[in-house]
Amino acid sequence: MAETVLSIEHVGVQFGGLVALSDLDFTVGEGQIVSLIGPNGAGKTTAFNVMTGFLDPTEGMVKYRGAVLNGLKPHEIADLGLIRTFQRTSVFPRDTVFDNVLIGLHRQGKLGLVEAILGLPRARASERAQRERAAELVRWIGLEARANDLAGSLSYGEQRLVGVALALAAQPSMLLLDEPVSGMNASETHTFVQLIRNIRDRGVTILLVEHDMPMVMSVSDRIVVLNYGRIIAAGAPETIRNDPAVIEAYLGQGAKRA
Amino acid sequence: MNQIATLISLAVFASVPLWLQDPYLLNALITTGIFIIGAMSLNLLLGFTGQLSLGHIAFFGIGAYVSALTSLGFDVGIVGDFHIVHVPWPPIVGFVLAIVISGFCGYLVGRLSFSVRGAYFVIVTISFAEVVRLVALNWVELTQGPLALTNIPSITVGLPGLGYLVLKTKLQNYYLVLAVAAAAYFLISRLVHSHFGRAMRGLMENETLAVAVGIDVTKTLTLAAVISAGIAGAAGSLYAHYIRIIDPDVFAFINTVTMVIMVVSGGKGSLAGPVVGGVIFGLLPVFLRPVMPPEAQWITYGGVLILILFVLPKGIVPSLAPRLGLSRAKGNKAVKVTERTAGERA
Repeated sequence: MAETVLSIEHVGVQFGGLVALSDLDFTVGEGQIVSLIGPNGAGKTTAFNVMTGFLDPTEGMVKYRGAVLNGLKPHEIADLGLIRTFQRTSVFPRDTVFDNVLIGLHRQGKLGLVEAILGLPRARASERAQRERAAELVRWIGLEARANDLAGSLSYGEQRLVGVALALAAQPSMLLLDEPVSGMNASETHTFVQLIRNIRDRGVTILLVEHDMPMVMSVSDRIVVLNYGRIIAAGAPETIRNDPAVIEAYLGQGAKRA
Repeated sequence: MNQIATLISLAVFASVPLWLQDPYLLNALITTGIFIIGAMSLNLLLGFTGQLSLGHIAFFGIGAYVSALTSLGFDVGIVGDFHIVHVPWPPIVGFVLAIVISGFCGYLVGRLSFSVRGAYFVIVTISFAEVVRLVALNWVELTQGPLALTNIPSITVGLPGLGYLVLKTKLQNYYLVLAVAAAAYFLISRLVHSHFGRAMRGLMENETLAVAVGIDVTKTLTLAAVISAGIAGAAGSLYAHYIRIIDPDVFAFINTVTMVIMVVSGGKGSLAGPVVGGVIFGLLPVFLRPVMPPEAQWITYGGVLILILFVLPKGIVPSLAPRLGLSRAKGNKAVKVTERTAGERA
């Protein structure tokens, strides 16, 4: 069993009287790909928001590599190496793909203000290094042909890739992907699965929220199934596929085909 | 290409006094230049972070008063017999203090309002300007209130041992304003092209995403506010030492509006925008004055503004620069880097 990096401990979230999450409790091990699945409104995105500081849990706590995340601001959590992508707004639309990745590299450019303004050698070296790193990432993600196009003009699938590239630019030790393949066609999804595996092989732990069942089944080491804000099952893809509660709540006939 | 255009523009501005001797026009150019510096500082906030400061003149006015009071000296009673007495210091010290204190006010306003932002920032800045105006109007002992601070000395430059130069003439002041404007332009340009600038752009375009990749909203916006307010303070200081008399009317709302017009018509978020918009709307009244009655002047002023925004809604520079081949070819460098790193691999 891999060492635990992210642990969600008895997290509950309530919006007024509505219980969005209750007693959410699971862990993600180092180097794993874990998927969080469940029907619409099951609380997946809420769980993401809690883990990344966009939402404070009503109860329970989230720990990342020993640090308690409760009460930290999103950018402070990003500084710990826990980076997320978004379901819809995944890019800076009025900037080029290249500049998107450069903005993502923000955490790498810890330069003094005076240095940056005067353009001292160290600042120029850092700027050059960032540009090279950005170019490398754009190429790695396979978008060099689009590097100078505005991110907002790209197709949905390509925007997702930009979103991943700029999340990677922030040098995550763990990446949270919110429905990364929604809106992608089958071949794009296939490529994306390869990409996720590549990212994991670079030492990045991955937590995934996804609807695409075949994709989840093929890529995940472990799956956590949510329904109405509660965990109804957790385990390896094989276990989940055959779990009657999951089939009833969510998968229906589709699971057997997958 | 863009840099060449900037240098040519700078050269043209520098050559103006060589072929323009008319003191009235030179005076108009100096005051316009001072307001252009203010507009550039406003553009840093409005154009590059998306935050509208409708009290921007407060930083300008604070700079003017700080600089004037530093060089005039004052004697203010605080409690009972306790007085704060300040002996006059050289105006150049006032100039530096104006930047520092205005910048600090920018920090306070930023800290107060950036946790909420948007409309709240607009309201906080308007209120701030009004409060400062009322202080300037009513703290007569310090500011002379409506009687105005008069006889403000001109800026003196020089080094110990090398002699001093009092910048009294219009020609000297023109070059002083041009130098400060160029410095402000350079500073803003470097800032917005650094990773600080990218953080600002990211926040403006997609705040949620920017925060998720580790950009600190409050810190980034406050930094922009401090620098913006500092530059506005520098402009205010130039104004005080050039006009040599200031009263609380310097805080009038219309002055902020003038800056906003310069920025929006020239093109917010473009470095040259406030300069182009500033030249047009700073000098327009000067050229309209001889040819039409006052009422018609303001109607024409408004008409020109509406026309510009109707024809070029993004502002003059962002709309026209690409057609003139002057647009910053975005990501140009990206291609070069990609080719090079690809070459290294191969």
